[in-house]
Amino acid sequence: MTKSILLVGVGGQGTITASKLLTIGLMEAGYDIKMSEIHGMSQRGGSVSSQVRYGDKVFSPVIEVGGADIIVSFEKMEALRWLDHLKIGGKVLVAETEINPMPVLNGKAEYAKDVLEFTKKLADVTSFDAMNMAKDLGNEKCMNVILLGALVKSMGLEEINWESIIESNVKEKFVELNKKALKFGMDLVK
Amino acid sequence: MKKLFTGNEAIARGVYEAGVVYASSYPGTPSTEILDNIAKYKDDILAEWANNEKVAMEAVTGASILGARTFSSAKHVGINVASDPLFAAAYSGVNGGMVIVTCDEPGQHSSQNEQDNRHYAEFAKIPMFEPASSQECKDMVVEAYELSEKYDCPVFIRMTTRVCHSKGIVECGERKEVGIKEYVKNAKKYVTVPVNSKVRRRLLEERMIELKKVAENSPLNISEIVEDSKVGIITSGMCYNYAKEVFGNEVSYLKIGFSYPLPSKTIKDFCEKFDEIYVLEENDMFLEKEVRVLGFDCKGNNFFPFMGEMTPDRIRKVVDGKNLDAIEYEKDKVVPRPPALCAGCPHRGFYYELGKRKDIIVAGDIGCYSLAWAEPYNAMDFNTAMGGAPGLAHGGSQVLKMKGDTDKRIFATIGDSTFFHTGINGMIDMAYNGSNAVLCILDNRITAMTGHQQNPGSGYTLQGKETKILEIEPIVKSCGIDHVRTINPNDLKEVNDAIDWALGIDGPVVIITRWPCVLKKLSAQDKSEFDNVFKTKNVIDQDKCIGCKKGTSVGCPAIIFDKDKKKARIDSSSCVGCDVCSQVCPVGAIVKEEK
Repeated sequence: MTKSILLVGVGGQGTITASKLLTIGLMEAGYDIKMSEIHGMSQRGGSVSSQVRYGDKVFSPVIEVGGADIIVSFEKMEALRWLDHLKIGGKVLVAETEINPMPVLNGKAEYAKDVLEFTKKLADVTSFDAMNMAKDLGNEKCMNVILLGALVKSMGLEEINWESIIESNVKEKFVELNKKALKFGMDLVK
Repeated sequence: MKKLFTGNEAIARGVYEAGVVYASSYPGTPSTEILDNIAKYKDDILAEWANNEKVAMEAVTGASILGARTFSSAKHVGINVASDPLFAAAYSGVNGGMVIVTCDEPGQHSSQNEQDNRHYAEFAKIPMFEPASSQECKDMVVEAYELSEKYDCPVFIRMTTRVCHSKGIVECGERKEVGIKEYVKNAKKYVTVPVNSKVRRRLLEERMIELKKVAENSPLNISEIVEDSKVGIITSGMCYNYAKEVFGNEVSYLKIGFSYPLPSKTIKDFCEKFDEIYVLEENDMFLEKEVRVLGFDCKGNNFFPFMGEMTPDRIRKVVDGKNLDAIEYEKDKVVPRPPALCAGCPHRGFYYELGKRKDIIVAGDIGCYSLAWAEPYNAMDFNTAMGGAPGLAHGGSQVLKMKGDTDKRIFATIGDSTFFHTGINGMIDMAYNGSNAVLCILDNRITAMTGHQQNPGSGYTLQGKETKILEIEPIVKSCGIDHVRTINPNDLKEVNDAIDWALGIDGPVVIITRWPCVLKKLSAQDKSEFDNVFKTKNVIDQDKCIGCKKGTSVGCPAIIFDKDKKKARIDSSSCVGCDVCSQVCPVGAIVKEEK
């Protein structure tokens, strides 16, 4: 049975790095994998997504509307933007980060303060302040690995040796930080 | 060895395994990472960024004639640029194998059009393969070199954005050293004067007949027949995966991997087996036309979407009348997140000022700076394809002259890499034909949009060798433009003075703005040239801010307008101290952060 994971955020937030670690782990665990991401103009502060699908045999790298088992959102509003891609009964993990789009920055639109509460009413949402948690662990850049940890736990993928995947795919000076972040993220989810 | 590769990485791997020694391309989404990854095989392959796709195609043709296995890749519209030498290469054939990858963009994620480059295979009479996965990308490249050398022709591989940028598992092989073949002069084959090319014309047709037979028996075309299925689906590339996702194993498939010449008999035999034929292909009727010519009705272009990406949800909606069940909700809380020029982008100050000049018509070009067409700059009237700005501006200004309109003036704006691409040609036309256009070359010292590729102005080659820096100002002067000025685009007074200076000159003028891209990894030369670049931060004195929104009007993602406090502030983590906003503030509230 193919599972679909949708990672969404804003260009530059590290969604691609998180999905890279995720896919390497899934490959080493013996799954077939497809992953899709779009490069180019959308990277300049635009809304970005990485789509990961794994199972015995995977064909499409693209997740359909209503097709994602889980959405991991690196930003509050992005979770709502992509929520129609969630399967009925699927889970959502959200970092409580707020990144203002250009129309909000220049005062032409409002960032809805209740966007997270609104999303929580629609779906099974777990949210946490991943950015500040990452800062407390020593570097806000490890927010993506905290989210990866939470994702791994949510999808029941704890059996994979993530520590060794971090060791062989992350710069040496960030290995310990990322291991801590992964464990921290896993503990955030029941 | 198993690796997780994007289609682009897999093509690069295939190029390596096939024993290629020379590759040349020009960057363009979604093709760029192919050559970026080929360049990593430094010990075995010489990989170069050419200044445009046509030059790249000529370079690989020359290298092929001299006996090397060669490679070039381009985005779909890049093949338009390269098409002239490519058509000739189809006649002349190859010595060392030659493979060309075209990366098409259904859905236009990062392009000015959707064009189906399978037509180029038919048009130029060059065989074409179409991979559906990363594994096939790698395998088909290796296969393409064998075909190229056996049948004395270049071979096309057609990818699409989702094939290029999707990852899958690839079983890698070893590199096969094929060496460089001997070069023997054969002018009748390679000199394209009519007396020779008429002979080649006939040989080309004979070659296509032979290739059609190869296609009929090719293992790249795969039939998956399900007993008793009523529906047969003919498809190729990524659409095959989408079809499998939606229709599963209930129907039969003919997956076309050898897309040109099409295997007509194979298609006919398949069609005869089923009550109903679906043709699933992205964009044009390439397979469908063949099915219809063979006398079969089908559901294709008239049934499935033929514009944009053929994603599984779009197929499902057509077939089932609806998508999978999903949460329904009002999207009014979701604000659009359009891409924006980065904080510290050297294009900001220039376009901010240019957009305010209502008597200037702006011809733009292709790059990050295309974003200046939109709010808050509105600093672009039209553009066309890459390198087009100087030509557009020249033709437009000739018409202004005819109309006797002296109130308006046309400015062309173009990036450094785009100038070297083909913009330089338009500038030569401006000088030669006595243009009245003003050409602004926005030199940010790198090819930024596609992810920071080196170019003739940047001082380094793709594989990291230091090289000659082609300075733009002397080039401009030597091309016959007498009035040239180089400015710092972050200094708004300098920008305005340069615009006024240009407006005062009758004849062709060039303004060069010179400041590095904020994301650029600065070279030693950059560090010595640009003082204190990206090292400071600005802050807004909250007591002085009057909430006039002038600062936010520069469109910088580091400036936030707080509606409750009615004041602006700067996000310190993204500000790099370019000072554009502080020059706009009417009350001097934006100052340097004290360290």
